[in-house]
Amino acid sequence: MNKKPIISCRDLSVHFPIGGGLFERKQFVRAVNNVNLSIPQGSFFGLVGESGSGKTTLGRAFLRAVPITHGEINYSDGEKDYDLVDLPKKQLKEFRKRAQLIFQDPYAALSPRMTIRDIIAEPLEVMNLTSSREETDELVREMAHKCRLNLEHLRRFPHAFSGGQRQRISIARSLVSNPRFVVADESVAALDVSIQADVLNLLKSLQSELGSTYLFISHDLSVVAHICDMVAVMYLGQLIEVAPTRELFSAPRHPYTQALLSSIPNLDPDHQSDAQKLKGEIPSPTNPPSGCKFHTRCHYVVEHCKVVEPLLEHPESSHDVACHRWEELMNIKEIPVANLA
Amino acid sequence: MTLLTVENLTLEFDTDEGRITAVNNISFEVNSGEVLGIVGESGSGKSVTAKSVMQLNPSNSVYSSETKILLEVDGESVDVLALRGGKELRTVRGGSVSMIFQEPMASFAPAITIGAQMVEQLLLHKKISKAEAIKISIEMLDKVGISDADKRFKQYAFELSGGMRQRAMIAMALSTNPKLLIADEPTTALDVTIQAQVLDLMKDLVVEFNMGIIFITHDLGVIAQTADRVAVMYLGELVEQGSVRQVLKNPTHPYTQGLINALPKLDDLDAPLTPVPGDIPSPLERPPGCVFHTRCALAEPRCSESIPQMTNHGEGHSAACFVTAEKAEAL
Repeated sequence: MNKKPIISCRDLSVHFPIGGGLFERKQFVRAVNNVNLSIPQGSFFGLVGESGSGKTTLGRAFLRAVPITHGEINYSDGEKDYDLVDLPKKQLKEFRKRAQLIFQDPYAALSPRMTIRDIIAEPLEVMNLTSSREETDELVREMAHKCRLNLEHLRRFPHAFSGGQRQRISIARSLVSNPRFVVADESVAALDVSIQADVLNLLKSLQSELGSTYLFISHDLSVVAHICDMVAVMYLGQLIEVAPTRELFSAPRHPYTQALLSSIPNLDPDHQSDAQKLKGEIPSPTNPPSGCKFHTRCHYVVEHCKVVEPLLEHPESSHDVACHRWEELMNIKEIPVANLA
Repeated sequence: MTLLTVENLTLEFDTDEGRITAVNNISFEVNSGEVLGIVGESGSGKSVTAKSVMQLNPSNSVYSSETKILLEVDGESVDVLALRGGKELRTVRGGSVSMIFQEPMASFAPAITIGAQMVEQLLLHKKISKAEAIKISIEMLDKVGISDADKRFKQYAFELSGGMRQRAMIAMALSTNPKLLIADEPTTALDVTIQAQVLDLMKDLVVEFNMGIIFITHDLGVIAQTADRVAVMYLGELVEQGSVRQVLKNPTHPYTQGLINALPKLDDLDAPLTPVPGDIPSPLERPPGCVFHTRCALAEPRCSESIPQMTNHGEGHSAACFVTAEKAEAL
C-alpha cells in the first residue's frame, strides 16, 4: 500500500487546559503529543489504545473538531487539498463535506423527534449538496438501501429500532454526503456480539463500494484485526507502533502491544494465557512520566528508558515502533503470537 | 456441596404496556467453590436472574408460584423469595450473598469515604466492634492488591482509578465472608490490561474463600478463562448449559454456535465474521415456540409451534433445541 496519504500529520499535539482558577496553577492534559502519522488513501486504518490514550482526540483532530495546539495536518484526496490547522472558515465548511464521523452510541446519536428520512437527509440539507427535495429523497433512499433500511423504515422514528438498526441509520447519515474520509469512533462498541459482526461487514463492504478511507478507532483488538489493513497503537497521547495488521498481530514489537495482545481472554478454556500481565494502570496525561511513557509499566525497562524518549522509528518501511530495546527483545524471548493460518 | 438451587424461575414485570416476561422457567444450581458463568446479550435476562437471588428486582416484578430459590446457609435451606423486610433480607443482601456491579463509580456513595462504607456494612452484618471492622476492612483492601491500604481507606471513590475502584468493590463485597458472590459484568468497564488483573484476582479469591460465584458477562472469552460451568441465556430462556469446555468447544444450541461464530478471533484472521441474522426481538413480542426460531438457520415449522425442553447431551451438558437433539440421537 504505497498510495498517497489522504491525511497526514506532523508533530501534532492537542493539549487541553484544566484548572487555572485564581490560585491554581494552570495545567494541561496532553491528550495527543507529537504524533506523526499518515493514513493511506483507500485504507481501513485502525487506531487502538486503552481509555485515556488519546485515540478519540486524535480522530477528532483529523476532523478539525478540537483545537490544535501545534503541528501540521494535511488533507489531500486527489481533488482537494487542505491545510487543516490553518483553515479559513469557508474552507473548513468545504472540508466538512469531505469528512464525516460515525458515533459510538446509536441510542444517543439520533434525535428522537426526527424521522429516519429527516435524520439521513440532514447532512445534505445543511451542506446544501442537493438542489431539490426530489434529489435529496433519491440520495436518501439510495443510501438507506445500501444500509439495508427499507422505505417503510424511513417514515418511522428512532425509538422503533433496535441497536443494530440504529447504528445502520447512523452510518447511512454519515455516508449520505459521500465523504472521502470517515472517522468511525468505537462504532460497534455498544452493540451485542451477534449484531456487531453484521455492522462490521456492512462498514467494510461500503468502504470498498464507495472507495473512501476509514479511520477506525477501537479498544477491541480482535475487531481491529479483522477489519483493518493497518493499525496504529496509541499509549498516553503517543503512537508506539504502526504496522500492517498482519505484521502487528503476528509479530508485535512494542512490549505494550505484546501485553495488550496477551491480555485478551482466549476463547479456549484450555489455553492458559502465558500472558505478560501489566502492572499498574495508565498514568495521568496531565503529568506523564519522563522518557518512554510506558516505562512505569514495562517489564523490560532499563535506566535509559526513564530518561530518553524513544521516537517512532522506521526499521523497515512499514512496521514502525517506538521502543529503545525492541530489536534486543525480539531475540531474547518468546512472545505470544497469533497464529496466522 | 450445592449452595444455591434455582428451580423453575419465571419472572414477569408488570408495566403499562402489559406483563413482560423477563425470565421464563429456568433452573440451575451453583456449588461452593464453583464459578457459574451466565452469558447472554442485552435483554437476555441474565442480570434479573442473578438479582432475584437477592430479591433486588423492582417492586413491579412478579415471580410465578412454581419459582423456588433455595440458598444453603449454615446447613439450613433458606427460601429466598419468602424473606420479607430489611432484617430477614440482610441474609441474602450482603450477608451470605454479595454482589459486584459493572460500574464501580456508581456503586460507591461519592460523598462518603471508601472506608466508612466498608465499616458501615460490616457493622450491619457482623457483631463486631468498630475498631475490628476497621481492621478487617484495611486487611481486605490489602488482600485485593490495593497498595497503601490504610491511606486508601480514608479516600473517596473519585480519588481511585477505575481498576482500583473495582478492587475496592471486591474487597467490600468479600469482607462479610459471603457464601455466594454475584458479579454482574465486573470487568466490562475496564481496559483489557486491567481486566486481566481483576480476573486473576477473582480466580485467586474463589480458591481462598471457597465461595460460589455467579459471573454474568456478555464476553465469551472472559467466561472461557474464569468459569467452570456456563449457562447461555437468550430472551429470558436458558438455551444451553454445561461445563465451560463442553459449551465452548462443542456448542450444541444454534444460538451458542452463532454467538461463537460471530466473534472476531485473533488466531484466525481470515475467518469471515458470521453475524447471527436478524435482531433480538423485543420482549413485548416474544416469538411463540422456541424463542430463537426467528433468527435460527435450522428452524423448522415445529420450532414456532412448541417450546423445546432441555435435552441432556451427557455429563451435565444440556441444550433446548429440537433439531440438534435429534441429530445427537442419530449419531
